[in-house]
Amino acid sequence: MTRAARKYFFLASAILLAAVFWLGYSALPPAGHVPGHYGDRVNAVVVPLRHITDAVTAVNFDIRGFDTLGEEFILFTSIMAVALLMRRRKERGGGDHEDKAGNRRVPPPSDAVRITAVLLVPATVLFGIYMVTHGQITPGGGFQGGVILATAPVLLYLAGSFGQFRKVAPMRMVAIGEAIGAAAYIVIGGGCIAMGGNFLQNLLPMGKVVGSLTAGGIVPLIDLGVGLEVSGGFVLALLVYLEELVEEKEE
Amino acid sequence: MNYLPYAVAAWLFLVGLYGVTTSRNLVHLCICLSVIQSSSYVLLLAIGYRTGRPAPIFKDIKPGTPAVDPVVQALMLTDIVVEVTVIALLLALAVQVHKRNGTLDPSRLNEIKG
Amino acid sequence: MAAVGRRGCTRGFRGGFTLTPLQIFILLFVAAGATGVVLTRDPTSQAIVVSFYGFLLAIMFFIFQAPDVALSQIVVGAVALPLMILLALARVKKQQRQHDKSR
Repeated sequence: MTRAARKYFFLASAILLAAVFWLGYSALPPAGHVPGHYGDRVNAVVVPLRHITDAVTAVNFDIRGFDTLGEEFILFTSIMAVALLMRRRKERGGGDHEDKAGNRRVPPPSDAVRITAVLLVPATVLFGIYMVTHGQITPGGGFQGGVILATAPVLLYLAGSFGQFRKVAPMRMVAIGEAIGAAAYIVIGGGCIAMGGNFLQNLLPMGKVVGSLTAGGIVPLIDLGVGLEVSGGFVLALLVYLEELVEEKEE
Repeated sequence: MNYLPYAVAAWLFLVGLYGVTTSRNLVHLCICLSVIQSSSYVLLLAIGYRTGRPAPIFKDIKPGTPAVDPVVQALMLTDIVVEVTVIALLLALAVQVHKRNGTLDPSRLNEIKG
Repeated sequence: MAAVGRRGCTRGFRGGFTLTPLQIFILLFVAAGATGVVLTRDPTSQAIVVSFYGFLLAIMFFIFQAPDVALSQIVVGAVALPLMILLALARVKKQQRQHDKSR
């Protein structure tokens, strides 16, 4: 099928699809008035029962915690697949080393970039840890804080060389940290079974003060595990992408 | 006008689909796929939103005031995580396709044999 | 339940705008941004446009009272996604150089 024919066929089908969307969406209530009784019930119950002030984190890690387990393992599996796909084959020894960065010399980073990046690293790490631990109080949580933590080694790579990035975050340590974070979720769930409840049932003490760092029972622990896993996963993905890029320029 | 979020969600879906079908570069295709995924965010956002109510964070407002639906927002969080994993995997696959075939053009991929 | 027709849910709604002008504006802006992302054909420029589009989506989430989701969208759509796209493009360029050299 030629390109023009494909475009016209798409336009015809798009009109049909738009008609289907129209039929479907016009039967919904207008935006802003969709009755969500489950949400109202959760909002009423989250603070008295769990002492958590962030209802979204409570739903994510406590009320619907099992689905977040599946989501975390989707992330874990996909990072593993990316690492497998981009793996550098060691037996390709002599063939690639002739290409030593071509005719372009990459200029070293300027002083402004280096100073800014070095100043940003402690702020980023602190902010990432704050996000991860305060997930149940304010907007944030394990996932957001984990990705922020993963950008801190990348700042080091921007400021220095790839060797320093690898020294701060060696691949073996990052992979082990990621696996520990992913396993922590299941271990916490199993611990709930060992304490006499269901899998991931919130059985730990809920904390005396509403909205403190220890409020919510198992939610802060799961936050730490998810933060570790997500940050490890993203650093691993970036390491894998950068390794084949930069390896030969360092030769 | 009250149905504008749904219309925007349908528009995002169709525009992304147009990008996918008429793409000449595999990386451009992956990014248009992320536009299609963002149409589901707008739809879920419209379903969860309640007029005039604040966010479901009870740190500043009195616990028990009616707020926006938090369950749908948790669904959106899962949606965003799944988007980044799918795009990461697709980009890795696109890089491997380029390594084997030497081109990122979907219509030229059938002509080049191994 | 049998009496609820196809328009059953909207029966109690009496009209009037449910969206503020700010929300209408940001929705139209998001639609325009998505069109811009798709119409940018070069992947390198598209990475920058998709970063801006992710930021626009995060602003929309804030305006619709979803701060947790907005944070997630910022770190993913404006930081992690363009980073991965640019790294993939850099690898493709390197492989293209090797491919051309070995031909």
